[in-house]
Amino acid sequence: MTAAPAQALLLASMLFALGLLGVLVRRNLLFMLMSIEIMLNAAALAFVAAGMRWHAADGQVMFLMILALAAAEAAVGLAILLRLHAAGRPTLDADTGNRLKG
Amino acid sequence: MLALLPPLAFLPPLIVLCPLAAATILLLSAGRMPAPATRVLAAGAVGLAAVLTLWLAVRFLSAPPPTHRLDVVLWHWLRVGGFDARIAFTLDPLSLVMMLVVTGVGFLIHLYACGYMRGDPDVARFFACMTLFVAAMLVLVLSSDLLCLYVGWEGVGLCSYLLIGFWYAEAANGAAARKAFIVTRIGDAALLCGLLLLATRAGGLDITMLLQPGQPGGPVAEAAAALLLGGALAKSAQVPFQIWLPDAMAGPTPVSALIHAATMVTAGVYLIARLHPLFLAAPTIMAATAVLGLVTLLLAAGSALAQTDIKRILAFSTISQLGYMFLALGTGAWGAAIFHLVTHALFKALLFMAAGAVILRVHHQQDIFHMGGLGRAMPGVFAAFAAGAAALAGLPLVTAGFYSKEAILQQAWHASPLLWAGALLGAFLTALYISRCVFIVFLGPVRTAPTGRTEASMAIPLAGLSVLAITGGLIEMPDAIAPVHLLFRLLAPVLGPPPAEGGAEGGAGLLLLTGALAPLAGIAMAWVLWRPRAGTAAPAAGELARAARAGWGFDAAYGLLLVRPFLALGWLNRRDLFDRVPDLLAAATRWGAAVLGRMQDGRVRRYAGWIAAGTVAALCLAVRP
Repeated sequence: MTAAPAQALLLASMLFALGLLGVLVRRNLLFMLMSIEIMLNAAALAFVAAGMRWHAADGQVMFLMILALAAAEAAVGLAILLRLHAAGRPTLDADTGNRLKG
Repeated sequence: MLALLPPLAFLPPLIVLCPLAAATILLLSAGRMPAPATRVLAAGAVGLAAVLTLWLAVRFLSAPPPTHRLDVVLWHWLRVGGFDARIAFTLDPLSLVMMLVVTGVGFLIHLYACGYMRGDPDVARFFACMTLFVAAMLVLVLSSDLLCLYVGWEGVGLCSYLLIGFWYAEAANGAAARKAFIVTRIGDAALLCGLLLLATRAGGLDITMLLQPGQPGGPVAEAAAALLLGGALAKSAQVPFQIWLPDAMAGPTPVSALIHAATMVTAGVYLIARLHPLFLAAPTIMAATAVLGLVTLLLAAGSALAQTDIKRILAFSTISQLGYMFLALGTGAWGAAIFHLVTHALFKALLFMAAGAVILRVHHQQDIFHMGGLGRAMPGVFAAFAAGAAALAGLPLVTAGFYSKEAILQQAWHASPLLWAGALLGAFLTALYISRCVFIVFLGPVRTAPTGRTEASMAIPLAGLSVLAITGGLIEMPDAIAPVHLLFRLLAPVLGPPPAEGGAEGGAGLLLLTGALAPLAGIAMAWVLWRPRAGTAAPAAGELARAARAGWGFDAAYGLLLVRPFLALGWLNRRDLFDRVPDLLAAATRWGAAVLGRMQDGRVRRYAGWIAAGTVAALCLAVRP
């Protein structure tokens, strides 16, 4: 079964909203990173859907780029997370990050 | 040999440059120059200017240029549209006479100040202001352009402020300086308005151009003359602006001699004499000048009669003598006004310096009722003061003041016998008050024993000016005594031919006799009232005397009418209403910053929320139908 681009777009926007909601409401840094991954994938899905709609390869090229971007983002984000942990921060609560200390 | 001499045009700028350079050096030295060096520099610079002026005078008079004037254009200041302002000097007989007075008397006063200011820690600042003053006054009398003249005019006002408040540690001196500055500033504003009016009418401020015959008269000319008169009245301390001069005695005595007797206050007289064709076109203003001069002369003479401070007596006497000059100007006797200006500069500088010598010897005591019998202790100073007093009183035949006052009286008679009668009464009062001062200070029992001695640098100027105060009048004599008219003939190219005297029918002789008797009567009456054994060891205490001592209540009236309302206005506006508008702007910005700044609390989730909200809003805008 092939999904129509409109449906794919709907799914993408739902995923994006879900991710955004996750970023906004979760305080755990790890979950926030995961939510950002969801948002990136939603955007990538939208590209793929658009590529299907116009029969162009550009959408899939963009998807590959976003894949690489997401990997880089996860690497950097997790590295920061580990550094925070290594520095002795006892919690992963993002709201304590504004103290910029330790 | 003659070719080696610098051209005549080279001299006037050089003469101005001498004191100006000294002032600049003294100001830049910031008080680090040793005191003897400052004295030598200041007195030397003004002395050099005096010598150069003498040389200039000799060369100018021995071979006068065909038009009796010499124009030196230094540079074009600004040229806007048809308006052309130049920094340019004009040397003509009038400015030459003024230069001789300014540099000659100025040099003697600087010499005197070398002795008087000995031991003052701020002597460099003092001499810097004094030399700057001389430079500004020279610019004033030499300028050929009224805008340039105005620069000198403001310059002398500034130096006057700086020097009156020279001993600034005492609050009263600062207040006196501010008073002088503000009162003269009112006149300066009037003068500036007058200049602008003239400029809009004539398209420039070049004096020669302004004075060309055929200028239209009418209300504009009258208004311009009235505004110029306002400036002159304030600078020359005439009613209703006379209140600043008595307080200006807060400055050191050489300052009083230089600024408030010999030179600065004469700027107004010079201005009117220089621009006399403008005043001739405005007869009502001329009449007002004469009347104001007469009123000033009588009021100030009455005040001088009741003062107890020796310097204040001389200050009121200065106002009164300037009243004579304005009376002369108002009756069209330009030459007589300048003549009296010259003799007054000589004898009033002498009187101030002799008074300063007295004050130094009696431990800075200025009350004449605490002096007395000083004639025996300091005969030299007594002789100098007596010479000055005689000249001021106008002792017949033997003093300079007699001849110049006589010239004014003659002119006043021809203008209006009423003016003449007032001036005669003034002459009587003048002799009365100055004789009172002499009798109380120098005769009778000793009340304060003098100490020390008057040093040579102070004695030499006193001696020199004594001679001049006695003989200075011989350059110009009435026909009834001897037909000597050196000054009037010299000034004729600028001020017009000297007025014809009353003629041979004997009227002139009778006038002369009356004019000679008035001072004698004054001196005689003073002898009756204040001779050593007359028993007047205290100032008069009557209601009239008190009013006269306070300068006839002008200060109180101005305080009530102008100063108090102004202060009240200032009190009402003490939070500065007009500052509130920018303050409001600042408050709004601060409030906005406080509100918006709360967004930046460092929480990532909030940032993400704002980003999302912004994106949604942007999308909404983008897809809006």
